Amino acid sequence: MKYPLTIAAIALAALMPPAEAAALKDNGDPLDSARWADMEKTFLAGAPVLFDPRVKVIAPSTAENPMQVPVTVDATALASIVEVVVFADFNPIVQVLRFFPDGAPAYLGFRVKLQQSTPVRAAVRTADGVWHVGGTWVNTVGGGCTAPSAAAASPEWQKRLNEVSGRQWSEGPNAGRVRLRIVHPMDTGLVAGTPAFHIEEINFTDAAGKRLMRVQTYEPVSENPVFTLQRTVVDGALEASGRDNNGNVFQASIAP
Amino acid sequence: MKRLFSILLVVLAGGVGAEDFDYHLAVQAVAPDVYAFIGKTEDFTIGNGGNIVNTAFIVAPQGVIVIDSGPSLRYGQQMRQAIAQVSDKPVVLVINTHHHPDHFLGNQAFADVPIGALAETRQGIVSEGNAFAENLFRMSGDWMKGTEVQAPSRTLSAGKLEVAGRTLHLVALNGHTGADLVVIDESSGVMFAGDLVFNGRAPTTPHADVGHWLTALDRLETLVRDEGVRVLVPGHGMVTRDATPIRQTRAWLNWLTATLRESARAGLDMNDVLARPLPPEYVSLPMAATEYRRSVGHLFPAIEQEALESGR
Repeated sequence: MKYPLTIAAIALAALMPPAEAAALKDNGDPLDSARWADMEKTFLAGAPVLFDPRVKVIAPSTAENPMQVPVTVDATALASIVEVVVFADFNPIVQVLRFFPDGAPAYLGFRVKLQQSTPVRAAVRTADGVWHVGGTWVNTVGGGCTAPSAAAASPEWQKRLNEVSGRQWSEGPNAGRVRLRIVHPMDTGLVAGTPAFHIEEINFTDAAGKRLMRVQTYEPVSENPVFTLQRTVVDGALEASGRDNNGNVFQASIAP
Repeated sequence: MKRLFSILLVVLAGGVGAEDFDYHLAVQAVAPDVYAFIGKTEDFTIGNGGNIVNTAFIVAPQGVIVIDSGPSLRYGQQMRQAIAQVSDKPVVLVINTHHHPDHFLGNQAFADVPIGALAETRQGIVSEGNAFAENLFRMSGDWMKGTEVQAPSRTLSAGKLEVAGRTLHLVALNGHTGADLVVIDESSGVMFAGDLVFNGRAPTTPHADVGHWLTALDRLETLVRDEGVRVLVPGHGMVTRDATPIRQTRAWLNWLTATLRESARAGLDMNDVLARPLPPEYVSLPMAATEYRRSVGHLFPAIEQEALESGR
């Protein structure tokens, strides 16, 4: 099993700047997490794995608010990406989200609920079947997953459920950026008496209906999720549509 | 040899000067019969034991009035001993300016005395006090030993309060938290501003409503002018004889919200906002980098929501 991985690592290293090639590893978790073996078994079973510095996972080393920990995944340095899976080793619900950057750069910003200090990782599967893994440790006082959503304390959200607000920037240093927020409690099901209630899928297309990105979201994504995407070209409105696990749907058009 | 052995013990205990859990509280006279204990402009650590806050007392004709009780049982006890060195009059009232743990967790040392706070502060201490205390056990370690929440027993409200032969002017404001009590001691002209005012230390915002806070600061500046305030005791940082720390706190809050608004309008994500460098004027301000980071976490989601909704 180790032999073909090493071949893959050497082949990749030849294509990379020397500093990055030196950091490329095919064994030994650079984050030194006791849960890594389980994570590998759960998400990457059987496929070749590379710890790859080109997969950037940006998050604060200390999270002030465990209910809203910002995470940015940037795998735009890799080509031929099939899917990206984001997980947090020590969260009670490990899987955060998956995204499929069909027609958009492999860049996604979002926020997560963390229950305790944990690595947050992105595993990027390229067309050759290799998983490229990046990640970072986030320290937090915790309680993010077993604390009730703010919505649980107020009936107001029901009137605004799945309401989308967003903006698209067509000029300036952030041209091509799209940011949107969806009103949803994203209940984890870990608070007594509150069943899991969360958005499951979001599809982003361009105005002509061409798919840009599909995102599958799970319980740990923060309440009232906020997403940041990057388009290569601003070509009319971005269409967002999706549904939660109770079958409620939403659709929104975000004009530039 | 004995000395060497005790040095060794100190080293083994791992704390620098922390092994005896002595806060070394120093009484500072700020006006006739008015005294303060000035904490460090730091965050809670095992080194400082949470002595990062200002507390104070007034020696009134018929007893002592205490304003805020510090971050732990040990602090409250040591504070009470230090007060007894200054006056043998009994403590007759403890006031908690707001519901943050560094201001009320010393209450236990005054359990035999009426403890007063605004209604919402009382509620906040009852509902959130234990979680705050747990957090301080994590940050300050054994300094916290034995500390439990002693909730205030008396509700204070805005207006004049006659205590032990002294007239206090209680001003009920909010903005740093949902209820922030400012105490003005009429005869000395000392204003105890609580955490509405920070001096030489970046303000904290975990329960802040910045708009309300700015309104409160305007009110304080007016009070300083109109009520003959001669001394200002901020919640954190040095005592002053003018309104400079009020303006300093306002300038930080204005810079902070302008930065966050501008970032949200420019399309920055929270991680982009966290990565922004501090402007030169705040680079050397104690706790500025930490409090900026924390404030982004507290305040950016709402500001970002405004920016996204205005784009619809």
